Amino acid sequence: MSLTTAHSVVAPSANSKRIAGVIIVAYALISIVPLLWIFATSFKTPPDSIAYPPKLVFQPSLEGYCNLFTTRTRQTPEYINSLGPATGLCDATVRKRNMVIAGPSNFLPRFVNSLIIAFGSTFCAVFLGTLSAYGFSRFKVPLADDLLFFILSTRFMPPIAVAIPIYLMYRELGLSDTALGMILLYTAVNVSLAVWLLKGFIDEIPREYEEAAMIDGYTRLQAFWRTVLPQATTGIAATAIFCLIFAWNEYAFAALLTSGTAQTAPPFIPTIIGEGGQDWPAVAAGTTIFLVPILVFTILLRKQLLRGITFGAVRK
Amino acid sequence: MLNRTADNVARATPEPLAKKIRGISDKGLAWLFISPTILLLLAINIFPLFWAIYLSFTNYRANRPNEVVKNLGLANYQRILGDQDVWIAMQTTAHFVFWTILLQTVIGFTLAWLIDRKFRGHAFWTTIILVPMMLSPAVVGNFWRFLYEPQIGLFSYVISFVTGIPPTNVQMLSNVELAPWAIIIVDTWMWTPYVMLICLAGLRSIPEYIYEAAEVDRASNWRQFWSITLPMALPFIMLAVLFRGIENFKMFDMVNLLTGGGPGSTTEVASITLKRQAFESWRTGYSSAFAIILFVAVFGLANIYVKALNKVKQR
Repeated sequence: MSLTTAHSVVAPSANSKRIAGVIIVAYALISIVPLLWIFATSFKTPPDSIAYPPKLVFQPSLEGYCNLFTTRTRQTPEYINSLGPATGLCDATVRKRNMVIAGPSNFLPRFVNSLIIAFGSTFCAVFLGTLSAYGFSRFKVPLADDLLFFILSTRFMPPIAVAIPIYLMYRELGLSDTALGMILLYTAVNVSLAVWLLKGFIDEIPREYEEAAMIDGYTRLQAFWRTVLPQATTGIAATAIFCLIFAWNEYAFAALLTSGTAQTAPPFIPTIIGEGGQDWPAVAAGTTIFLVPILVFTILLRKQLLRGITFGAVRK
Repeated sequence: MLNRTADNVARATPEPLAKKIRGISDKGLAWLFISPTILLLLAINIFPLFWAIYLSFTNYRANRPNEVVKNLGLANYQRILGDQDVWIAMQTTAHFVFWTILLQTVIGFTLAWLIDRKFRGHAFWTTIILVPMMLSPAVVGNFWRFLYEPQIGLFSYVISFVTGIPPTNVQMLSNVELAPWAIIIVDTWMWTPYVMLICLAGLRSIPEYIYEAAEVDRASNWRQFWSITLPMALPFIMLAVLFRGIENFKMFDMVNLLTGGGPGSTTEVASITLKRQAFESWRTGYSSAFAIILFVAVFGLANIYVKALNKVKQR
């Protein structure tokens, strides 16, 4: 750089950058320790997981994952020896603890429930949200601000307070503990986010495209379908991921309104117990499997995060 | 992009269906698009709300649906406002909201301010810091129970290692003094990135020429921070504070899994009291009245929040 190049007088000095970098890296490393510990614990054996002092170095084992997916019963060594050779890795692991696999655990069905409910409600919320957002963005709707505030305000209600009447209503309608009931509820919660986020995205698409399309003989609906939607795909995808993450992570409604067939993973994972207390490696294994999709989505979303968490108020 | 759109438009020929739909005015279409959302919210949010208002004037119990429902008038409300436990729960909630917001704002703003130095690799480390806030508070909060276990828990071990307190004495979740802080720590760990991200947007919205002008006027760094950085980032900080305030006022997941309100009722925040009354004691009428009171409180906060939101938007 030549001496004549004017460089910014306000750029932080190299030294202050270095100090800032060190502090941020330290904070980042400390803050992910709990997550690394979850991952590590999922590969420990139950005795290793509750060792004192906590074990940093250990022999990795898949026992936590085996315990997560199965239920087991204790048997006498004689009985176990009388069985044929172990049929798989989990079978062999479990037999070392004088147990036999009795059957599959509830984890897989609960995980599938989470998938069905999260994807179902996301689809509905994004569908309704896109239509409403377009309506609010392009047309003069009477009382638009009040309606938008009403839509957003439903999100601020404490979930337990909402759950009391919903519980009674679902009992009357036969929607208690059903995937449909949960999809409806999560759609209602997510649609407020979807409307606000998508309105922001659609506001950014110039109206001229639709106007040109309509001059050429398209109807309003066709113009929406062929010019607005294709340009809003990034926004729709980002909104969908936010809705998905909310529905995936939700606990309060799921814990109060589902108990069996429609229970999702978040209320199920804390109930995983082994012999003599919580089976932490199995809990960690379930937590790991549960968290991995969110990690992937967070990385995909990192450019849109700010927008998503502020309902589109801050766009950078 | 423009050409492709133009091509699409040029290729267009109105279809028979289109002619029928053409009959719909813009106004009709607007309502067609908006009404499904409004109807859903009326069915899932507003109808139950009115039901809850009705129940709040009765002695209805959800576990005895066949009993005759008596109208109590305002008795439930009077009992709640005179109930010592409710006031204690509100105090616990206020304590919790105050400390989490204070810690998250101070740490979050500091982190944002440091990240704004734009050192090498700041984007990568920012993403790492953001991870906790995306995770399920319930599932991750549940795992913190393990980290907090005396002796075997990593957190307790590190604390006793650093402070020299015997490891069996670090009882984060069962000690009356420490349990509220155990929850505040997890909440701060999880949501500081949230405040940081919004503060970072605030810091980045400050135009550089203002600092250049300040530099020309020989304003000290200290002076620049207090006269430029902080005031200009303030609307964003406020936004983050209000958002966290509302969310933490509703806080349920983490508390329910970490302590369930215990030991005793030291961590019993409003949502936990509500859950105990509604789904354990089955005092549906009474808890509906409490729910309505919480609604009103949150609605007031939300109102302020949306006003602040619009202010930030106008910039």
